[in-house]
Amino acid sequence: MSDTFRHVRVRDEGGVTEITMLDQHILDELVIRQIGEEIDQAMVDASSANMVLNFERVDHLSSSALGLLITLNSRLQDRDGGLCLIHIAAPIAEVFRITRLDQVLRSEADFASARSALLSEG
Amino acid sequence: MTASSPWRGVWAVSGEREACQRVLDEILGAMNDARMDDAVVFAVRLATEEALANAVRHGHGGDPSLSLRVEAEVSPQSVMVSVQDAGPGFDPASVPDPTADENLTIASGRGLALIRAFMTEVEVPPPGNRIVMRWRGS
Repeated sequence: MSDTFRHVRVRDEGGVTEITMLDQHILDELVIRQIGEEIDQAMVDASSANMVLNFERVDHLSSSALGLLITLNSRLQDRDGGLCLIHIAAPIAEVFRITRLDQVLRSEADFASARSALLSEG
Repeated sequence: MTASSPWRGVWAVSGEREACQRVLDEILGAMNDARMDDAVVFAVRLATEEALANAVRHGHGGDPSLSLRVEAEVSPQSVMVSVQDAGPGFDPASVPDPTADENLTIASGRGLALIRAFMTEVEVPPPGNRIVMRWRGS
């Protein structure tokens, strides 16, 4: 399965959904709301509640985007799944560290590592 | 801009996304002219975005049609950005610490903490409807 929305591209591999963020800057409140809606749609179509968010194209994100990630993480955990972030640029990793969200949101280097980590917990 | 004469800008803009983006682009353009490195640009962009978003969301109750006053000053060794809204202001000491254990999974409230982390100095002078953010090179 592979679907491309306006802000995200979605694919399913071996029981894990990978969502690639297509925006370089995730700052605008409207865009963040639209990303949330697109991820909601992907969750409806997904084969499981294990999700990988790929940030390889993202070099800025706001505190509102952090809120979206926290909410998504909680919703996936409520469904006995999990969230893992991959390809986090160094400045964004610093944002996670400063806010201590690196202790709440799991991150891995790439999809294979993230998939392995999520499935090992299932 | 010269070493003795920093670049300055003053704007009265609505809180609409496009208007705020134009102001931000001018500030980042001046930083580019001053050859500031990517880490500083990241810090100032993030802090200014958060300050503008907070001004609209909290100062103006989410109404983007109300006017903001933005001031900026850029020199090769420093950047100052000030954002003022028309609201009643807030007490920064009353903002919960988003890094406290009990607040880690709350979805909002990290803007001011990020501003403080990425900028060298942050002031919110009374009555609290203006934030002044400075980055200084060492």
